[in-house]
Amino acid sequence: MAEQIAIRPTIPDIGGVKFSGRQRTLWRDAVRRFRRNRLAMLGLILVSAFVLTAILADVLAPYPYDKPFFDKVLQLPFRDPAHILGNDEVGRDFLSRLIYGARTSITVGLAVQFIAFSIGIPLGALAGYRGGVIDFVVMRLVDIMTAFPGLLFAIFLITVWGGGMWKVILVLGFTSWLGPTRLVRAQFLSLREKEFVEAARCIGARERDILFRHILPNTLAPLLVALSFGIPGAIFGEAGLSFLGIGINDPLPSWGKMVGVSGSYIRVYWHVGLFPTVLIALTMLGFSFLGDGLRDALDPKLSR
Amino acid sequence: MARYLIGRIISLVFVIWIVSMITFFLMHSVPGGPFDEGKQRLPDAAKANILRKYGLDRPIWEQYLRYMSHALRFDFGIPYQVPTETVASLIRKTWFVTAQVGLMTVALAFGGGIIVGVIAAYHRGSWIDTIVTFIATLGITLPNFVVALWMILFFSVYLKVLPMGGWNEPGEWLIPGIFSKNWIMPVLAYALAPFSLVARYTRSSVLEALQADYVRTARAKGLRDNVILRRHVMKNAAIPMITALGPVIPDLLTGSIFIEATFRIPGLGKYFVTSTFNRDYPMIMALILLIAVLWGVTYLLTDVAYTWVDPRVRFSARGG
Repeated sequence: MAEQIAIRPTIPDIGGVKFSGRQRTLWRDAVRRFRRNRLAMLGLILVSAFVLTAILADVLAPYPYDKPFFDKVLQLPFRDPAHILGNDEVGRDFLSRLIYGARTSITVGLAVQFIAFSIGIPLGALAGYRGGVIDFVVMRLVDIMTAFPGLLFAIFLITVWGGGMWKVILVLGFTSWLGPTRLVRAQFLSLREKEFVEAARCIGARERDILFRHILPNTLAPLLVALSFGIPGAIFGEAGLSFLGIGINDPLPSWGKMVGVSGSYIRVYWHVGLFPTVLIALTMLGFSFLGDGLRDALDPKLSR
Repeated sequence: MARYLIGRIISLVFVIWIVSMITFFLMHSVPGGPFDEGKQRLPDAAKANILRKYGLDRPIWEQYLRYMSHALRFDFGIPYQVPTETVASLIRKTWFVTAQVGLMTVALAFGGGIIVGVIAAYHRGSWIDTIVTFIATLGITLPNFVVALWMILFFSVYLKVLPMGGWNEPGEWLIPGIFSKNWIMPVLAYALAPFSLVARYTRSSVLEALQADYVRTARAKGLRDNVILRRHVMKNAAIPMITALGPVIPDLLTGSIFIEATFRIPGLGKYFVTSTFNRDYPMIMALILLIAVLWGVTYLLTDVAYTWVDPRVRFSARGG
């Protein structure tokens, strides 16, 4: 697997000429491979634009996301220079809502993955490293959770507990820790047999240090790839729940909710459906390109 | 083989049992019940009567035991939202609609995806390959409700050639009414993602098989291209495809909530959402169990199919 091999060449001193022997590490090689990949760079640009929009929403948006203009309800785009992208069904400036929608998406995406990884990493590490009874119990737990139909279970939990941003995050988090758990377990299973772990054990390293200092850093590359696929997964989950009308509550904007609401107006007011779907599509594509690029860059052996 | 299968079936039953317990107790543990009054309050005696009728006044473990003992005899109770039906008949009726869309989606996704994937692999690096790869990437990435909305905007709002959705009767056959146009967009929008998945997977497994030594041998002894493709490449490429793509089928047959919501199709997905809203306990239980069982059985079957197409695989060699 992707072992972090740090080759530190002794820099030769050749007659006063400074030899710039930059270290070659896994990460530096990966960056080089990543930058050569055009699609991956496009993904990085899309994702950066998305993240920047979310961070700078307060600066970029011309109006607050919840300010209605009652005389401009469902105004079509490109008609009024004050509301370039038109207004939504309550007269709120659509551009502002789209911009703040990026913030909702990325908040949910990151928070869900944070929950998923905080459950998955310790559980998977324990199961993979210790094996035996713990492994058996954890894997049966994963089996049981896998048997639950993912989206249906999320819908079930949401209708039972009620919607809203934090509930959505909790529910999606609790239904998406399986992937990270399986991944970390598989990594720990194979890494614990490696020579460097044996070496660490030989020199009497503490268990805690073996787990967190020696093995965990070596799982970072696959975890990063999993993260870059997990975030759009969570964003999709939020958009889906909001689309069905059980996710984010008004007045907080969510692209999925905008799409869901648009159904009733789409015959004439096409903008309320088109713009959020384009943004969802660009975001998903951006993350997907980024993830593919990261995977190819970090694990050259695993080329498609 | 037999021992392995029995082990798998036992663990499947165990998992389904746990799933049923979690769903049941979670469902009952939250505030709000199926017969909570809205504006008009029922007299206490009447409410007690209703609760007694459905056995909801009993302790929860007793309700669970009773439900399970009935469920094992395929009696899933009466849905609270439509008391004149049984859960089984309601599911049959709505699944009938969902399954028709699902069947056509499976046919389109697998038929089209395999053909396109083989063509792309065969003409590797050509413009056909580029287009297929591009569409497949889009199809896998884009959520189906996004695709559905774009199709509605283009075909019904802009070109005005297709209806925006809808369904005439819940029990209606769709396939004879093939000229009704209602099904075109739901099936296309629904099929894009699995189509892309199948095409991409077919392409990579065919590519792998094309580079194998036995293909070079077949070529060297002068076999025609389509014979090589059919006899040597496709057979070997089918092996990885079965395990990877088999589980997609039950998923498609149980339908997509988003597609059904977008095109207003009265299928399973719609009922699931209304059931959870109304705390329709028997419907929720039946739907979650149905899908869990379907998934478990499919995984089991794909594993069995795997040994069938590839005799080299032995169950004993594979760890759980």
